[in-house]
Amino acid sequence: MYQFLRVNMDTRECRFEPVPREYEGLGGRGLTSAIVANEVDAGCNPIGPHNKLVFAPGLLGATNSPNTNRLSVGCKSPLTGGIKEANAGGQPGGHLARLGILAIIVEKLPKDGEWWDLEVKKDSARLVKSSVSGLNNFDAVDKLRGSYGDKCSYITIGRAGEFKLTAASIACTDRELRPTRHAGRGGVGAVMGSKGLKAIIVDPAGGDTAPIQDVKAFREASKRFAKALAENPVTSQALPNYGTDVLVNIINEAGGLPTHNFEYGRFPEHEKVSGERMNELTTKRGGEGVVAHGCMSGCVIRCSGLYPGKNGKLISKWPEYETVWCFGPHSEIDDLDFIAKCDYLCDDYGVDTIDVGVAIGTAMAGGGIPWGDKDAVLEAMHGISKGTPLGRIIGCGAATTGRVFGVRRVAAVKGQSLPAYDPRAVKGQGVTYATTPMGADHTAGYAVTANILHCGGYVDPLKKEGQIELSRNLQIATASIDSVGLCLFTAFALLDVPDALPAVVDMLNAKFGWQLTGDDVSGLGKRILTMEIDFNRRAGIPASADRLPEFFEEEPLPPHDTVFDFTTEELQKTLDFADK
Amino acid sequence: MALHIKLSTTLRSYLPDYDSEKGLELELDPATRVTAADIAARLGLPPDEIKFIMLNGRCMDMETPLGPDDRLAFFPAVGGG
Repeated sequence: MYQFLRVNMDTRECRFEPVPREYEGLGGRGLTSAIVANEVDAGCNPIGPHNKLVFAPGLLGATNSPNTNRLSVGCKSPLTGGIKEANAGGQPGGHLARLGILAIIVEKLPKDGEWWDLEVKKDSARLVKSSVSGLNNFDAVDKLRGSYGDKCSYITIGRAGEFKLTAASIACTDRELRPTRHAGRGGVGAVMGSKGLKAIIVDPAGGDTAPIQDVKAFREASKRFAKALAENPVTSQALPNYGTDVLVNIINEAGGLPTHNFEYGRFPEHEKVSGERMNELTTKRGGEGVVAHGCMSGCVIRCSGLYPGKNGKLISKWPEYETVWCFGPHSEIDDLDFIAKCDYLCDDYGVDTIDVGVAIGTAMAGGGIPWGDKDAVLEAMHGISKGTPLGRIIGCGAATTGRVFGVRRVAAVKGQSLPAYDPRAVKGQGVTYATTPMGADHTAGYAVTANILHCGGYVDPLKKEGQIELSRNLQIATASIDSVGLCLFTAFALLDVPDALPAVVDMLNAKFGWQLTGDDVSGLGKRILTMEIDFNRRAGIPASADRLPEFFEEEPLPPHDTVFDFTTEELQKTLDFADK
Repeated sequence: MALHIKLSTTLRSYLPDYDSEKGLELELDPATRVTAADIAARLGLPPDEIKFIMLNGRCMDMETPLGPDDRLAFFPAVGGG
C-alpha cells in the first residue's frame, strides 16, 4: 500500500504513515505543491525550521508505462520566496514508487553543523551520520556506492547545497550511477542543505511494480502511449540524435537566442555549439561518447548522451540546450568542450546550470568577469566549491549577481533567471515567464512548441495574438503532466498524436480504478496552479510581480526589433481562473 | 540575386557538401520567380521531410516568392526543451 515517509531532522524520527485523505489522487508536483501549500507557513524563512522539503514520484511511477519515472521536489524556494517544484529524471523516482513511497517529507532542522544521510528501504528508514559531508556530488556518490552498492540510487547535494547557495540543486543518479540528473531550479539544494541532509540512499530491494487495478486495460493503454512516442518524429528521432541542444540553430534562426546578456537574438558562432555539432563530435571522437542515452528506467526517448573530449574521454553527459546557451552565446563563448566542462562542474558542485550560467553573463555585463574569458569563468566556477566570494555570488544565481555588480539589465522574474528564449522574439514564452508561480521558467508552460516548433499548432511568436491563451493552456496541461511522473518531452507526442493523451488518461484509470476524462486533466492542472498562486500571495508575492524586467518592454531585440508589449492587465488574464 | 540557405539536422544529408558554418549560397537570375518549394525541389529535399521553414527568421509558407538577399532555413520535425 502507498505511504508517506516523514523525516524529522530535529528528533531524527523517521515515520511511515498512510496517505492522508486530503492528498488522495495526487502525485508528483500536484502532491508536493499540496503538501507545501497545506503544511508550510507561507511566510516562513525558506532555510529555517518551518520549511519542508518534499520528494514525490508521479502517479504512474514504477509501472510499465514508458517515461513516467520522474521525481518532483517541492518546498518554499529561497530563490523566489514562493512555492517551488523542481523535477528530475534519473532513477530515484522510479525506485521510490517501487517502494510504495508516495512522498518523503523532510521537516525541521538538525543541530548546527550536523550532516545526515537518510537510508530508505522497503518499510524502513533511518538517519545516519553522513560519511560524505564536504564532498561534491561525484565523490559523494562514489563513496556511498562503496558502502551501499550499485543497485541503490542516490539523491545528493554538492558543496553548493551545503553552503545554502540559492542556485543550489539536488542531484539524482542516472542508470549508470552518475549524479547528473538534477532537480535544478529555485535553490531546492539550499533547502536540503539547511536541513543538514547530505544524501538519500534509496534501496529498491523488495519493492515491486506499482499495483494496478486492471492489468489488461493498463497494458493496452501503455502500448498505445508507447506507439505514440515511437511515431512522433521529435521523440523518436530528433531528440535521441541531437538532444535538446538541437534548439541552438532553430532559436538562433528565429532570432530569439539571447546573446551577450539578452542584447541580441542571434549568435554568429551558433553552429559551433549546436546539437548538430554535438552529435558530429560525439560520433567522430568515439571513445566514451554515446548518442541517444536514456537517464531513467522506462525512457524510450533517450534525449541525453555522453560527450567525449578530443581524446575520447568523457567530459560530461550531453549538456542541455539551456546549459549550452547560458555558458555559450549568453556569455560570448563558442567552445563546446569548455561548455561541457562547465556542465560537469555544475553537476559536481550541485548548481542549476541555468541560474549560474545566466549569472556568469550577468557578471560579464557588470564588469565582474571579462566577456568570453574562459579562464575567468573557470575560476569563478571553482569558487562555487571553494566558497570564494565570487563563487558564492554566482552560486546564488543571476538576480544576486546583477545586484552585486550594479547591472541594470538583469533577466529574472521573481528572482529566478530567464531561460534560453528571448521573450521579445518568443512572446508566448514571455507570458509564461511572467505569470507562472515558479518564477521565470520555460518548462512550466513551454510556448516554444507552438511559437517556433509548429507543435500543437502555430502561434506567431512576434505578435501578441494568441499568446495568453497558449501559455494558459500549456501551464494547465503541464501541471497535470508533472503530477504523473511523465518526462515533459512526451509533450511533443501529447500535442501532436491524438491518441497520446487519451492513452495516458486510460492508464491512470486502469491503474487506480478512476473514471477520469480529458476535462479532469485540465481540472487537476487548474487546481494545482490555484494552490500555488494562493501560496505565493500568502508568501507576499503580489500579482504585480507577474511582469518582465523593464528593459524587455523598452529595448527592441535585433534582428526583429520587437519588444515585449503586454500590459499587466493583459498578463493577469493568463491564470485568472485562480483569481487572487 | 543571392539567396542564403540553411539546413537543419537530417536535411543536411541530402547535400553531402553542405558547409554547416557557412550554409549554402545560391545565385539566381533576379528575373525568375522562385519560392521555398522551388528551392527544396532544386536541392532534392523531400517535401514530406520539411516540417517548417523560416524566411528571414520568420515562419513562412512554402509558396511565398523569395527576394534578393533572403535568408531561408529548412527544418524537419525537431524539438527540445
